[in-house]
Amino acid sequence: MSLGSVPLKYKVSIDREQCMHCMRCIDNCSYGVFHREDDRIIIDSRKCTACHHCISMCPRDAITLKERPVDYRSHPLWTAEAREDIINQARSGKIILSGMGNAKPYPVIFDRLVLDACQVTNPSIDPLREPMELRTYLGKKPSRLEINKKDNGDVELLTKLTPNLKLDTPIMIGHMSYGAISLNAQLSLAKAVEKTGTFMGTGEGGLHEAIYPYQKNMIVQVASGRFGVDINYLERGAAIEIKIGQGAKPGIGGHLPGEKVCQDVSCTRMIPLGSDAISPAPHHDIYSIEDLAQLVRSLKEATEWKKPVFVKIAAVHNAAAIAAGIARSSADAVVIDGFRGGSGATPKVFRDNVGIPIEAAVASVDQKLKDQGIRNKISVIASGGIRNSADIAKSIALGADAVYIGTGALIAMGCRVCGQCYRGMCPWGIATQRPDLVERLDPEVESEHVANLIRSWTLELSELMGAAGINSIESLRSNRSRLRGYMLDEGTLDVLQVKPVGA
Amino acid sequence: MCGIIGVIDRKRALMDGSSIRDALSLMNERGSGEGAGYAAYGIYPDYQDCYAIHVFFDNLVEPKSQVDHMLHKWGRIVHQEAIPTYEQEGLKRSHIPWRYFFKPYSDLMAGSTTPEDDVIKHIVMETNSNIQGALIFSSGKNMGVFKASGWPEDVANFYRIEDYKGYIWLAHNRYPTNTPGWWGGAHPFNLLDWAVVHNGEITSYGTNRRYVESQGYTCSMFTDTEVVAYLFDLLGRRHGLPEDIVVKALAPPFWDEIDNMPEKEQKLNHAIRLTYGPALMNGPFAIVVATHEGIVGFTDRIKLRPLVIGENEDRLYISSEEAAIRVMDPDVQNIHMPRAGEPVIGRLNV
Repeated sequence: MSLGSVPLKYKVSIDREQCMHCMRCIDNCSYGVFHREDDRIIIDSRKCTACHHCISMCPRDAITLKERPVDYRSHPLWTAEAREDIINQARSGKIILSGMGNAKPYPVIFDRLVLDACQVTNPSIDPLREPMELRTYLGKKPSRLEINKKDNGDVELLTKLTPNLKLDTPIMIGHMSYGAISLNAQLSLAKAVEKTGTFMGTGEGGLHEAIYPYQKNMIVQVASGRFGVDINYLERGAAIEIKIGQGAKPGIGGHLPGEKVCQDVSCTRMIPLGSDAISPAPHHDIYSIEDLAQLVRSLKEATEWKKPVFVKIAAVHNAAAIAAGIARSSADAVVIDGFRGGSGATPKVFRDNVGIPIEAAVASVDQKLKDQGIRNKISVIASGGIRNSADIAKSIALGADAVYIGTGALIAMGCRVCGQCYRGMCPWGIATQRPDLVERLDPEVESEHVANLIRSWTLELSELMGAAGINSIESLRSNRSRLRGYMLDEGTLDVLQVKPVGA
Repeated sequence: MCGIIGVIDRKRALMDGSSIRDALSLMNERGSGEGAGYAAYGIYPDYQDCYAIHVFFDNLVEPKSQVDHMLHKWGRIVHQEAIPTYEQEGLKRSHIPWRYFFKPYSDLMAGSTTPEDDVIKHIVMETNSNIQGALIFSSGKNMGVFKASGWPEDVANFYRIEDYKGYIWLAHNRYPTNTPGWWGGAHPFNLLDWAVVHNGEITSYGTNRRYVESQGYTCSMFTDTEVVAYLFDLLGRRHGLPEDIVVKALAPPFWDEIDNMPEKEQKLNHAIRLTYGPALMNGPFAIVVATHEGIVGFTDRIKLRPLVIGENEDRLYISSEEAAIRVMDPDVQNIHMPRAGEPVIGRLNV
């Protein structure tokens, strides 16, 4: 017997009185929700992903969309999602694929942390009138300075500093590869980080020639598939990042379907046209911490010790111990990607169930490094689910040096978090390689949107710091006494080393 | 608020405590009668090779026997006595101030280049964290801190401060918000040779505290000022940096200023900020720090608290108020105000 169809996820309708039959919705929907029969626009709601492209382009605001138009019998355990997943898997016998970040309603720790402000006993600082320093250096720092003070008062610096990455704001854009996202999307991000004096990651997709002009703002990635990696690539980057894990899918590798591997992607990744790009779960030359240290050193040797090397790991239970191991290598920064981190394509069971929140991971990594007296040996970059400037301020107060944003930057370019990135049909021209869709995204316009987002968050961060009586970002870093936990349990407060509100 | 004042005689001529008491009392507007204190260097010439350990005991039974026991393990008590005090009407006696003159054994601390200092630091941290009813509030050689809850003149008269003669004096008049009525919360704060008086509130306290704690210090005084003493001990003693560099680490120039410095200076300041970012102190403050070699006064990077300097031949005065300096020395010359973050250094010149 047939399982029949599962109910519609979304119901699209057109206000026929408002509609002027311009047919833009038909052109705009890459998923084929709309088609034309004679003079009428016919709607196939089953194809809708709630990407909002038709809605945002409709000149008459005639389109409405409703989520879950059909009710299931309500049940607290057997949710509609649980039932649908089973029906789909009964049909397919396959792993369920998903896009974007963790979609389970776990409590958000960020939302249960509040920031401090000054009154009376110490004045708040007005960023409009006083200097406010957000400049951030990523890389190893000496544990102490050796200087020689000569009799004539001259001070000679004996300690030699290793190269650090200089950021005008502690906000960077995380690694999203060409392949996962379009060249126009990557170009927009590259122009935005150049405008705002910060950096972005290439992801494991190589560096397309069109991005070369922005290479001084690029962090090139070496992941387990080693796609796109050669000496030319390494030398072009401002820094190199070894990707060990990703918050959306700790413990597994990556998969770019062959359909997305067009001529250009194939050249940039250095793989055959139309072939699946499969990154293995572990690096095949890293089976223990010393192997990682060797790879860090090899990359440093290859680039003459001129470039910082980062290591990115997914936030898992023992992230702190792993970070302590990484700090002992020649690596300059450890990126911790929390379990809400985004992804172009991830098995749903991983996205929703594996890993820990970035808030707890950053706090425990910072603490472990301090306990071992090696916090100066490495910078800590937090990523995964950072939604606004308050999340950034809280991440830094919990111990991060800087953050990576990903989904936030995509939303600034139009993304509505429909979560269908793995299908390659993104109507916003972001997670697609289809030329007609990519063309929709104008790098000049979208780079300004992304730059504006970074500027706004930087401004808000200055205001938050000023209100807290802090005029330099290093005084916010790991300053847990300026945070309070609201309705957080004792165990979590203990991990975060934050007092409850009122204490 | 809070009023601070410090003085050094660069030729090591001794001053008794009466004039600094009068100067501090002049700044009573800046206090609330809940805390005042004095630190003086050169006051124990007869025991100058011993660490003078000042302790507040709640009673002389359990806490004292524990401290005695610890001191016996770590070294030799050369002399001990109650610190002489004189009842004052306006001052409630909460503790018994006691002093030990102590010589630590130098072969007990492994892996240290300054074993005696490290023994003392260990004893201070242990006592203040783990022995109930005992608080070591002064632990340097040939120097001592005298403090209590009360108005400056009452505290001074309680200890009869004019009986002590020192070549460096620091004093502090407290307006508490965090820990009123607690003797340990009064300034100056001291560890080993370092004494600190502080007017302000350190907004970077959480960052600074986690930094010094990762370097082996334990913050136990419930106030931000103690991290200043530990930061000076860490950077000045353990890292061997001169005091002007320590001040540059704690209140560094802004990046815009650093970017415009000549190359060599730029490199140095860049290195200081990168290395000592977690030591940077933010928020409003004016601070005077002393060691047996001199005093350093400085403010936060945007000078949210006042600091005034005056000189008269070998004497250098640093204070919250010009009027206070004039009480100590009516003929004072060269009164001026240092720029934000600029260290004012008075070194012995003998």
